[in-house]
Amino acid sequence: MTISRRTLVQAAAAAAAAAAILPAPAIGQATAPMMRPIPSSGEQIPAIGLGTWITFNVGDDPALRDECADVMGVFFEAGGRMIDSSPMYGSSQPVIGYGLDRLGRPETLFAAEKVWASSSADGAAQLERSRSFWGVQRFDLVQVHNLVAWEAHLQTLFEMKAAGQIRYVGITTSEGRRHDLFEKIMGSHPLDFVQLTYNIVDREAEEQLLPLAAERGIAVIVNRPFRQGALTRQLDGHQLPEWAKEIGTTTWAQFILKFILSHPAITVAIPATTRVNHVRENVAAAYGVFPDAAMREQMAAYVRDL
Amino acid sequence: MSEWWTYRPEDFLLFSPRVYWRMFELQNEALWSLHLVTVAAGLAIFMFLLRRPNRDSGWIGLLLAALWVFVGWTFLWNRYVAINWAIFYVAPLFAFQAVVLLIAAIMPGGLRLDRRDVAGWTGLLFAAAGLVLYPLFPPLVGRPWTSAEVFGIAPDPTVIVTLGLLLAARGKLLPLLFPIPSLWCLLSGVTLWTMDDRQAWLPLVMVAIVLAALGLRSLIRRSAS
Ligand SMILES: NC(=O)c1ccc[n+]([C@@H]2O[C@H](COP(=O)([O-])OP(=O)(O)OC[C@H]3O[C@@H](n4cnc5c(N)ncnc54)[C@H](OP(=O)(O)O)[C@@H]3O)[C@@H](O)[C@H]2O)c1
Repeated sequence: MTISRRTLVQAAAAAAAAAAILPAPAIGQATAPMMRPIPSSGEQIPAIGLGTWITFNVGDDPALRDECADVMGVFFEAGGRMIDSSPMYGSSQPVIGYGLDRLGRPETLFAAEKVWASSSADGAAQLERSRSFWGVQRFDLVQVHNLVAWEAHLQTLFEMKAAGQIRYVGITTSEGRRHDLFEKIMGSHPLDFVQLTYNIVDREAEEQLLPLAAERGIAVIVNRPFRQGALTRQLDGHQLPEWAKEIGTTTWAQFILKFILSHPAITVAIPATTRVNHVRENVAAAYGVFPDAAMREQMAAYVRDL
Repeated sequence: MSEWWTYRPEDFLLFSPRVYWRMFELQNEALWSLHLVTVAAGLAIFMFLLRRPNRDSGWIGLLLAALWVFVGWTFLWNRYVAINWAIFYVAPLFAFQAVVLLIAAIMPGGLRLDRRDVAGWTGLLFAAAGLVLYPLFPPLVGRPWTSAEVFGIAPDPTVIVTLGLLLAARGKLLPLLFPIPSLWCLLSGVTLWTMDDRQAWLPLVMVAIVLAALGLRSLIRRSAS
């Protein structure tokens, strides 16, 4: 395959088309990660974030808390901003709070939380608890986790946004669940963000949700980029194709992340990890060149055929 | 929860095996040398039951009640709940079990550990395994010794020893004493199984034995009456 120049050029074109409002060139910069705009505000955000499901649920274990803080430290250092959590994730919230304290409260943090409660009143109390665990003045983004009691929560969250208590409102799903309802809500509510599962093997979102997000100007957060690690483990025994070098990937994790981020509708992917070398590798995937549409298909076909 | 059929048990596992076993390391480190006392107490129970099966065994109920409170408080409430919010609802059940054990221990005819039918002997065998074999598992499954689960310190061996002893017991409150430890074994077995842990079968086998033993006894009772 002849990729080098064509890929670079087409990647730049794809990225430009990716978001009409994308002011900064996303491609070819080695000094900063790819930035994507949040369509509802135009604010730029680095395209790799950090998930905390399971990986940050380490309870009160001091050694493991420090490891999480190290991961956060490397994440911020490499240019990452968005950290995503939920009250459902056990001790992840206080562990994030601990890490932020240890790192001197990085100003670049983009705090993405969720509300996960059966009623609006419970949701408000829960959000307040979450805020104190993180130790932040306000969350940048609050998402309705898995659409639980979504009508009630969305009303509260839009009110909070109007009052300046949060900056963005979103909804989440994962593993292809409830896409019909998801689509309906996306079409009828002024959402800033949606969060869903998308990766090189789970591509269902490409059919309806991603085009709709692009059309409605909704930012997209990608969860489970590695299928909770199952995908990277599965690919581990296989050789990366020779042409992967053309997009600067040296590992399967980066191969998958580059695939995800090169979809024009994607704003941020949020892989979770317990390891500093992995967080470094993941953020690095947001740097450099990205595949064009033809190469994306080649990448997907290569993985499918393994 | 909608589309519940799309969820797998592992979707509910909130923590990694590494974090789970680290809890035992920290618990052991914090409580070390108390293990000698709890294991000695366990051995004393067996000595007593084998040598004086017909004597009043109320003190065993008292001891078990104390250990259920201790494990519920130190392990479930002060450690496990931090990584698994569901334990918030389970820990009080340990206190409830302790209260029922306490009442059974002090009320006349509440708990007599002198039942020696097949189920009773099987129960004693499993109780002995919970006491003696449980702490020996870590090297067999490739974990450090420091993560050993010990009777009176960690929930699984405490619960399994209790269930085994209950199978060898009689008493008015017995029906109230089986459900909580059995449910715990089920919960723990499923948790270990979702973590792909080779030890998962133990608590699950214990529940199966309890169900089989209680089923068999009720069958025998019915056919005798
Ligand atoms: N409904 C929802 O709202 C929802 C649902 C699911 C997820 N989420 C969010 O999305 C985030 C990401 O999803 P996820 O945590 O389920 O799964 P994921 O990010 O797809 O996978 C995480 C796993 O990938 C491994 N990993 C990370 N970087 C790696 C690398 N460079 N090389 C090899 N392995 C690597 C990690 O292991 P190591 O620790 O060894 O690196 C970890 O076990 C979650 O943490 C959560 O914040 C939201």
